[in-house]
Amino acid sequence: MTSLINVETLLDTMAEEIKAVMAQRGISDPVLVGIRTGGVWLAEYLHKKLGLREALGELDISFYRDDFTRIGLNPTVRPSRLPFETEDRHIILVDDVVMSGRTIRAAMNELFDYGRPASIILAALVDVGARELPIQPDVVGRRIQLEPDQQVKLRGPDDLRLELRQKNATTSGP
Amino acid sequence: MSSSAPEHAASAPQCLQLNRFGQLRHFLSIEGLSRELLTEILDTADSFIEVGARSIKKVPLLRGKTVVNLFFEPSTRTRSTFELAAKRLSADVLNMDIRTSSTSKGESLLDMLRNMEAMASDMFVVRHAQSGAPHFIAQSVTPNVAVINAGDGRHAHPTQAMLDMLTIRQHKGSFENLTVAIIGDILHSRVARSQIQALRALGTPEVRVIAPNTLLPAEVERLGVKVYRDLKQGLKDVDVVMTLRLQKERMESALLPSEAEFYRLYGLSAEKLRWAKPDAIVMHPGPINRGVEIDSEVADSPQSVILNQVTNGIAVRMAVMSMAMSGQMAEMAASQEVRP
Repeated sequence: MTSLINVETLLDTMAEEIKAVMAQRGISDPVLVGIRTGGVWLAEYLHKKLGLREALGELDISFYRDDFTRIGLNPTVRPSRLPFETEDRHIILVDDVVMSGRTIRAAMNELFDYGRPASIILAALVDVGARELPIQPDVVGRRIQLEPDQQVKLRGPDDLRLELRQKNATTSGP
Repeated sequence: MSSSAPEHAASAPQCLQLNRFGQLRHFLSIEGLSRELLTEILDTADSFIEVGARSIKKVPLLRGKTVVNLFFEPSTRTRSTFELAAKRLSADVLNMDIRTSSTSKGESLLDMLRNMEAMASDMFVVRHAQSGAPHFIAQSVTPNVAVINAGDGRHAHPTQAMLDMLTIRQHKGSFENLTVAIIGDILHSRVARSQIQALRALGTPEVRVIAPNTLLPAEVERLGVKVYRDLKQGLKDVDVVMTLRLQKERMESALLPSEAEFYRLYGLSAEKLRWAKPDAIVMHPGPINRGVEIDSEVADSPQSVILNQVTNGIAVRMAVMSMAMSGQMAEMAASQEVRP
C-alpha cells in the first residue's frame, strides 16, 4: 500500500499536454467525459484546470463490457450522465489506468450511442502497457511497468493517490 | 444431464430464484427476495432509464441471446414492454402467442418447452392463467435457461410490482416514511399480492388495503397490511394511492352488486382523492376501466403517474432480464468448475 506519486502534479502536466494536443488539432471547445469511478475524479480536476464551459460528463460502461458472459452484470451500475449533445463535438475521454484497452473500447462504443463525436482525445493517468487492443492514449500521466503480481489502483475522491499493491486472489469475486 | 442430479441434491437448499451466490437467476415472485436484492433491481433499472433517454436506446448486454415470450394469456402492454426491453438489451426475441400455437393442437407444455430449448433459447418470459406455471417451467427447463414471471394466475406479477416500486421511489425518494393504500379487487389480483410483498420487503411502514369483504382474501392481515372497508378512512394521510383493475367477470360471479355500486363506494374520483395527502400520487397497473375503479379526471391529473409506470416498466424489465441472465451464467460457470 505504498503511495507512489503525487497525482495532482501529474494532472497539472496532463492538462498542459491536453492543451497542446488541442492546439495541434485546432480544437477550441471540447467537452470532458470521465469513466467511472476513477476517471471521473480525475476529470473533475482537469475540468477546473482546463476551465471548460460545459459540465462534466460521466460514463458508466457496465452495460458495454465485453466480459458480461464471463463475469456478469456489475451490481453497482449507475446511470451514465452526459449533460450535453455529443454529436459533432470534440470529446476528451479520461480514465485512471489503461491496460488491455477493453474499457476504452466499451467507453467509445457507449459514446457513439449518444451521437457521432467529431473526435476523441484519450487521456489516462497511468499506462501500464499490457495492451490487448490497438488503442493508445494521446496523453499519459505516467507509464508504469508492473510485475506480474502487481496492480495499480487510484484512491479517492478526496486526496487522490495511486497505490501499487500485490494482486490478491481473494478480491476477485464470481 | 444425468450428472447434474447428484449436484442438485448436494447443494444446500436454496430458493429456486437464486443461484449459489445469492444472485437472481429466475424472477418468479417477490416472496423470499431480500431488500438488498430488490434495491439492486431498482438501482439497475435507474441506469436503464438513462439508456431509454438516449438517441440510440440500446445496449449490447444480451447480444446473441434469445428471449422467448411465452404468453398463454392475452396481454398487450406487458408483452410489448418485455419485447422492447429484450430488444433494447440487443437480444433476439421470439413472441409465442400460445392460443394460436401448437398447444391448441394438443402438444403438452413440456413438449413445447423442449422444442423452445432446442432452438437454443436463453430466457423464457412466461404469462399463464394458472398460478405456479412459471415455477413449474423454471423447475423443468434445462439449467441454463432463465425464467421470468410475467404474471401467473392470482399468484404473482413481480415485474409489475417492481415497476410500481421504481415509480414510488422516483416520486417519494424512499419507502421508510410512506403510507400506501391499495384499493379494489385484492382477492383476485396477482398485482396486489406482489405489490404488498415488495412494499413490505422495502420497508414501507404502513400498507393498507381498501376493499369490500367479498374482494379480500381470507386472513389478508397476515400479509402485513391494515384492512379498511371505508375509502374515506382508508385514504386518510396516504402518500401513494394504488388502484387496481376491476375485472368485469367478477361482477357476473356475484361478488359485487354492480359496477356502479363499486364506483360509488371505491371508485377514485377527484373529490375522493382529496381525502389522501395533497401530494399523494395515483397509480394504476392498466388497462384502466375509466369510470369504474378510477375517474378520467384523476387518471389524467398531475397526481397521476400511470404513464411513468409504463416507461419504468421497460427499464425494470431490462434490469431483471440482465440480472437473471447474469446470475444464470455465473451459476453455469460455477457448476462446470465443480464437475470432475
